[in-house]
Amino acid sequence: MAAADPGFLAPRPARVLGWRRETAESVTIALEPAGEPWLPGQFNMLYAFGAGEVPISISGDPGRPDRLVHTVRSVGMVSAALCRLRRGQWVGVRGPFGSAWPLPAARGRDVLVIAGGVGLAPLRPVVYELCCHRGDYGRVTLLYGARTPGDLLFRPELERWRRRIEVLVTVDRAAPGWTGDVGVVGSLLPRAGLDPAGAVAMVCGPEVMMRFALADLRRLGLPESATWISMERNMHCAVGLCGHCQLGPAFVCRDGPVFGAGAIGWALGVREV
Amino acid sequence: MLTIADVVARCPLFDGLPTRHRELIAGCARFARFDAGTAIFLEGQPADRFHVIREGRVTLEVFSPERGRIVVQTLGPGDPLGWSWLFPPYRWHLDAFAREPVAAISFDGACLRGTCHEDHELGHLLMERFGGLMLQRLQATRLQLLDVYAHGSR
Repeated sequence: MAAADPGFLAPRPARVLGWRRETAESVTIALEPAGEPWLPGQFNMLYAFGAGEVPISISGDPGRPDRLVHTVRSVGMVSAALCRLRRGQWVGVRGPFGSAWPLPAARGRDVLVIAGGVGLAPLRPVVYELCCHRGDYGRVTLLYGARTPGDLLFRPELERWRRRIEVLVTVDRAAPGWTGDVGVVGSLLPRAGLDPAGAVAMVCGPEVMMRFALADLRRLGLPESATWISMERNMHCAVGLCGHCQLGPAFVCRDGPVFGAGAIGWALGVREV
Repeated sequence: MLTIADVVARCPLFDGLPTRHRELIAGCARFARFDAGTAIFLEGQPADRFHVIREGRVTLEVFSPERGRIVVQTLGPGDPLGWSWLFPPYRWHLDAFAREPVAAISFDGACLRGTCHEDHELGHLLMERFGGLMLQRLQATRLQLLDVYAHGSR
């Protein structure tokens, strides 16, 4: 939605079609009407009436344009209100906004998707697309790290995706009965069998995690020009006017949230902007 | 069929080492297999060897009387397993279990230490490799301690 559109500040009403608890802190909600077409990586501003508005990445299936799906972690007043929404209730939606993951550029190439924590939500549309059009891409690997097994998002989907792509999951702290991997997400990289020539990486998670992941990718020989990350900042207007999300020369809402690592990777190591 | 020297030559841990050093290392190595659930080593036992995993996954664990077996890390193909063989008192600090059938190359610690005493250049190169590995695992542990997923909306 362009800033020139006078309606960009007016939320449109959307009804909660369904919801699913993902973890103790996270909920996925499906809204209708779906509104404007969107691209994997873009976000909407969701307005919880009486609480406020927050940017939330779209986490749905691009192949299901009839519903608008977001995954929200309850970390503040507004996100907690969104997590309490139930079927039939209403929210305000503005968007979609921002840049998209470079799926067209990834066609024909090996794709490495690296997600940490709730960072899998903005990447889930990418994984849906990769699984749906599996033949259009080379080797596809998802590396996913979370705090504990109970913090893993989309567990049913993770199992389904294993039939189409390689999925490696690790947790920082194991729990009894956990038979998967334990360790940081970067420790899975050697097992991804990455051939840096011609591969593309898409990374999303906490900034510290992304900083370490980018360093690991560099060590393996993947150039920054083949690496994309999704940044998160305090986005308010969502169209690059208010300046709340300014990061050096970039506005995360307008120029991001998906950036080439070469363009924004510097920001991951900066103490003050 | 691959010989032990072929497999040692393909180990990432020994990548770039001169052929003569890889041959010396291969002289202390043998193939090993562990069934799923097998204890590869246990805390406090003599650390007389180390392994490089070729297939399967291994858990590094600490046993706690209150909490039972606590997995602190998993290792997979290509990963070296064990460095206590390098440092006195040559005792394991953790337990290691084969989570699934594991194929590995197993290196005799005393043999390698003896070879390193005779060939200090090899000793230096091996210490450099294991030092790098320790640094990498220390950094990963620090990242785990940071608990990066605990806060924030992502």
